[in-house]
Amino acid sequence: MWESIRRWFDPRELRSVGSTPDYRFSLANERTFLAWLRTGLALVAGGLAAAQFLPPLPLRHLREAIAIALLLLGGTVAVRAVDHWARTERAIRLGEELPASRFPAILALAVGAGALLLVVAVVVRTVGGP
Amino acid sequence: MSGTPAAGADGGPPPRDPGLQPERTRLAWRRTALAVTVVTVLAVRLAVSGGPFGALVAGLAVLAWGAVLAICWRRGTGSGPAPSGGRSLPLAALGGASLALLGVLLVLGGLW
Repeated sequence: MWESIRRWFDPRELRSVGSTPDYRFSLANERTFLAWLRTGLALVAGGLAAAQFLPPLPLRHLREAIAIALLLLGGTVAVRAVDHWARTERAIRLGEELPASRFPAILALAVGAGALLLVVAVVVRTVGGP
Repeated sequence: MSGTPAAGADGGPPPRDPGLQPERTRLAWRRTALAVTVVTVLAVRLAVSGGPFGALVAGLAVLAWGAVLAICWRRGTGSGPAPSGGRSLPLAALGGASLALLGVLLVLGGLW
């Protein structure tokens, strides 16, 4: 694990494998990384907003739990973006299949489940509230 | 797909990339700079209510913001073929992850 983290920061190592691809492929890979990084930053912004703009919730510390879950998810997305970028770059240079990943599906399910829970919470409050 | 567009056949200017890939990549870096700025504003707003601990975290958040902004500025300006890859990418992601971690510290600090 530390070895792969060290590799992220060593561009020479990445350039030593395979052959240099058409620069447009590398730039497309870089833009995909940046889009993932912004996705992570959006989750972090959501967590920071939840911590300061949500009113206190009926369940103790639920607001803080939501905020920390979003913040950790955002940080994970940012770190995974680097890993995926490096593995994709390596595959392009070696002419291999691009790395497949379950992460987008898992993230989409998590965001969808969170949104559904919020819908249920809002409906329960509207119907059962005063 | 044709190879890397180099200088024109007679040494003239390189043929224009019809996909505008370097420009699109530069704009992507600029969008990332905007996103990291929004996150930093939210983090500092949350931190100002946190006393001396909050001030420390706010200072670290501004430092992370400055570092990511410098990277985005370097990659988001200029003209001609943009360099791709390099240390900028892991460092920018490290900045984003640091802001997430500082946010967690702020939320946990608010509980005590």
